[in-house]
Amino acid sequence: MWSIYKKDLSQFFSSLTGYVAISVFLLVMGLNVFVFEGNVIDSGYATLDVFFSLAPWILVLMVPAITMRSFSEELQTGTYEMLATKPLSETQILLGKFLATCTLLLVTLLPTLIYFLAVASLDLDGAGIDTGATWGSYIGLILLGILFCAAGTWSSILSSNQIVAFLLGVFICYLIYDAFLRISSLEFFSGQISYWILSLGAGIHYDAISRGVIDSGDVVYFLSVTAGFLMISKFTLESKKW
Amino acid sequence: MSVNIQQVTKEYGEQKAVDNISFEVKEGEILGFLGPNGAGKSTTMKMITGFLPMTEGQIFVNGIDMQKNPIEGRKLIGYLPENNPLYQEMYVKEYLHFIAGVYQLQNIPQAINQVIEMTGLGLEQNKLIRQLSKGYKQRVGIAQALIHDPKILILDEPTSGLDPNQLGEIRKMIQELGKTKTIIFSTHIMQEVQAVCSRVMIIQKGKIVADNTVQGLSQQLSGACSIKVRFEKPISLGIFSQLEEITSVVEEGNQVYQIHGHEDLLLKKAVFNMAVQTSNPILQLQDVGADLEEVFKSLTHSNS
Repeated sequence: MWSIYKKDLSQFFSSLTGYVAISVFLLVMGLNVFVFEGNVIDSGYATLDVFFSLAPWILVLMVPAITMRSFSEELQTGTYEMLATKPLSETQILLGKFLATCTLLLVTLLPTLIYFLAVASLDLDGAGIDTGATWGSYIGLILLGILFCAAGTWSSILSSNQIVAFLLGVFICYLIYDAFLRISSLEFFSGQISYWILSLGAGIHYDAISRGVIDSGDVVYFLSVTAGFLMISKFTLESKKW
Repeated sequence: MSVNIQQVTKEYGEQKAVDNISFEVKEGEILGFLGPNGAGKSTTMKMITGFLPMTEGQIFVNGIDMQKNPIEGRKLIGYLPENNPLYQEMYVKEYLHFIAGVYQLQNIPQAINQVIEMTGLGLEQNKLIRQLSKGYKQRVGIAQALIHDPKILILDEPTSGLDPNQLGEIRKMIQELGKTKTIIFSTHIMQEVQAVCSRVMIIQKGKIVADNTVQGLSQQLSGACSIKVRFEKPISLGIFSQLEEITSVVEEGNQVYQIHGHEDLLLKKAVFNMAVQTSNPILQLQDVGADLEEVFKSLTHSNS
């Protein structure tokens, strides 16, 4: 498993994928947090709300871009057959690749800690940045990103065409993050049903964790959906042996 | 280390890609797997490696059931898939290092150096795989199959698309490897089988149509040999029928005749004597496929 992990991770950084993903993410976030209209400095409050409300949307696009090649390319070029005939189980291949994309995600998020330090040091009246909410938001963002990685990995198994895998990944990530929220607010649904639909999506759980209240229910939601995507990935991979 | 295939069938929907085949490859054999495209060679090989599940039957590699315990079985097998898939953006050594890691080898640098030497990759070992010529890519493919010193080698068309020099080198390598390993390799080049294999298996439409040693198959030929002769003047076909060495004659026009007989040497002598007697000089004489190619054609055509 670890040899697959190492190979995939080094592939991110020997090709441009890794660097592009990191720099695009940091550029977009940096501009929005500090430069564009509605930035932290103008708002006058020492919070990273701008960052944490925008980041999931960028991840919806970025994570599928990271995961799209993990299986698609191997299936396309036939190297998957080479891997699958080595003494490796599907689970080992899957987890190796999944963990490699998760690592790239964490490496991408890591430099944004500077935002936190920058905003914290901008605080003049000594009231301080809401550290609890910030850490909560980070945990939420990481959990959300990992969930997207699992979803993206699955879409990459579904198609040997990288573009299709990317678009499918974006669609699934969007569906999880925002679509349930939209659907639940349709007038058609009301009361309890509306709430159930809302709870199916990741948005509400992410918001809850972002407030700095880490409820085990929300964490269980992220972990179980992630595990669910890994499970169907495994089944899809096994059924690929047509 | 043997490979044992028992009544294996593989169906793709309605179509039977492999139809109830059974055979055993014993230790130290080089088995040439011969057949037209789409005959089921690759499918059979993929099932031996445990990549494809079979619809029916069982495959044992050194006694290990490949369906029940594929991971253990794969440790014994070195496999070069068709079209030799490689990570084009990796360096040769980096790639071999990765494969050695997958097999969890103890002494990785030593294993890498060994296969680099065996496959003659010495000069290319620090290049990107993408930059290599086809022949060297093929060597990288063979190197990755050899890195864990497998007892069984399965090579799916290892020589396709190579130039004659590279062909010769790869064949030599296979022969060399065959001294210590059990090898199954597929091809559709007959001369290759004659040059390399100890045993030939011809497969057609998922069925085994011939399974013999190379000499054995050649003996099957003795009943059929033919030559193409061009004489200076036309000959009346009646003259041929007087010679008992000749079984049949086909006139191809332009004083060219295709003459069939039982035994090569006798046939040629008879034709020569006849030419002398009738003072009709032979301008050209050509052997028509007195080799495996003919057997292959006749076997794979008669069944279609």
